[in-house]
Amino acid sequence: MVKFIVVRILQAIPTLFVIATLTFFMTRLAPGGPFDSEKNIPAEIKEKLEAHFGLEKPLHEQYFLYLGNLLQGDLGPSFKYMGWEVSELIAKAFPVSAQLGLFSLLIALVLGLPAGVVAALRKNSAYDYCLMTTAMLGICLPTFVMGPLLILLFSSWLGWLPPLGWYSFADMILPSLTLGLFYGAYIARLTRAGMLETLNQDYIRTARAKGASPIRVVLRHAIKGGLLPVVTFLGPAFAGLISGSFIIESIFFIPGLGRFFVTAAFNRDYTMVLGTVLFYACLIIILNLVVDLIQASLDPKSREP
Amino acid sequence: MSIESAKSKDFISEDPGGSSLWKDAWIRLRANRLATISLYFFIFISLLTILGPEILTSSYEDQDLNNTFAPPGKESLFGTDNLGRDLFARVLHGGRISLAVGFLATAVSLLIGVAYGMTSGYLGGKMDALMMRVVDILYSLPFTIFVILLMVLFGRNFILLFIAIGAVEWLTMARITRGQTLSLKQAEFIEAARALGYSHSRVLFRHILPNLLGPVIVYATLTVPAVMLLEAVLSFLGLGVQAPMSSWGSLIKEGSEKMEIAPWLIFFPGLFFSLTLLALNFLGDGLRDALDPKAAKD
Repeated sequence: MVKFIVVRILQAIPTLFVIATLTFFMTRLAPGGPFDSEKNIPAEIKEKLEAHFGLEKPLHEQYFLYLGNLLQGDLGPSFKYMGWEVSELIAKAFPVSAQLGLFSLLIALVLGLPAGVVAALRKNSAYDYCLMTTAMLGICLPTFVMGPLLILLFSSWLGWLPPLGWYSFADMILPSLTLGLFYGAYIARLTRAGMLETLNQDYIRTARAKGASPIRVVLRHAIKGGLLPVVTFLGPAFAGLISGSFIIESIFFIPGLGRFFVTAAFNRDYTMVLGTVLFYACLIIILNLVVDLIQASLDPKSREP
Repeated sequence: MSIESAKSKDFISEDPGGSSLWKDAWIRLRANRLATISLYFFIFISLLTILGPEILTSSYEDQDLNNTFAPPGKESLFGTDNLGRDLFARVLHGGRISLAVGFLATAVSLLIGVAYGMTSGYLGGKMDALMMRVVDILYSLPFTIFVILLMVLFGRNFILLFIAIGAVEWLTMARITRGQTLSLKQAEFIEAARALGYSHSRVLFRHILPNLLGPVIVYATLTVPAVMLLEAVLSFLGLGVQAPMSSWGSLIKEGSEKMEIAPWLIFFPGLFFSLTLLALNFLGDGLRDALDPKAAKD
């Protein structure tokens, strides 16, 4: 187990290196620089700014300098938010995104799991068709359609909930619901598929033959195997949720990491872009590792020999 | 048996009077009502978006400032937007772009993925391990983020859009193809073909490729809606298709900004987009059940 974790962490290092390199040269090769957009900025001030951030050095020198700092855990200062370190900005924006992600995941699980289990138990019944068609609709109604529609219904027409912002609990309902419905629909489909496969297994028949009640068969025997595909999906889904959907954050004007990232890319805030991308990458790698560990505990077959 | 007569039976021979895999699959697909309806609906939408803009009298970019925010009615079927442009024409034109992006980007990913996967699976051994390691590394990159980054940094270039999306989507295709190739390579008819002295390229293209098309087609059908979704996300963030051109994603964005005055501006593009995605997903599911009965339980 420990060996598995160590190997995975070691494997992550080349991945992170590739990401850092790719992002570094992508941002630098793009037209425009961080101090180009401001009007009326005197040439000598611009030069001083660039010298201050080390932008006048040759590209490869900047690259090695950045990697060196990175090894010491230093993401560098932001070019646009003067006086702010990139790590400070991420620490400020990430909790907002994480909160949104956790709420949405909660909604998704509460809606998706029972729906999937019921659909699987009553396979090909009216329940099944209703639930699965709703789930399909949820998947095909993308968040950027669902979000505005929810705003239109609940804030413009009914006036129950605020349309944007991130200050009070009421602000969190609509964005979390938008994301949660989408992922919930996905989870419902995966749960159904997983449960159907498990319910056909011999050990379920054995449990039934031994006279276990239907509820016990589901909760004690079937659910463990049935949830496997959901757990596999949760890794990338959770990463997507936590890293804050860019779309949701821009629809509802939520000051999360996703919006910071897009703004930083527009502003050519090199260090901020690099920092955010690396942060996201680490997050995804860690979450995938956690998911693999959960999977191994649920399914003995997937454990490495 | 002479070599000549064996050569004439290049594919797995059909037993007399039997039906081919494709014919079987077609019959199974037709038995699936949801998939059949989806197929016809999709053909209908495609024809509408391809032919519609040619027939319509109003163009997607004709402005009529005396007739802004007109609600849906006789004059214009879906109403007009803030510049008095006919929404029906814009939705049809947007559908053209969305579908074109969906299919072209899927074709790009199909080409790269199948070529890469087949090479990796056929070569096997160390080369295979290396090539799949590359795919694994690419898999763990936060690709949506890279696509957004690429579009922001290098401008909203239509061709870049294809490359960016195609680069994301080929990975799964490569994995599926490689898996299929690996198991096909063990099959006796491939061994027979090799024993007959056929060249590698002949074995690859005439014996392996036709046999792995099933799963590849299924996955491609499911890739099209995924690509359309990604394009819409980019357009929604203002990074995709630029005005006065429109895609369903950019129309939904415009609609969401003006929905309080004119709800139809988000309703119709959203409806077309969602229904098309729905149809493609149902069709993909149906195709999977039809082409690959073993995997039908997912």
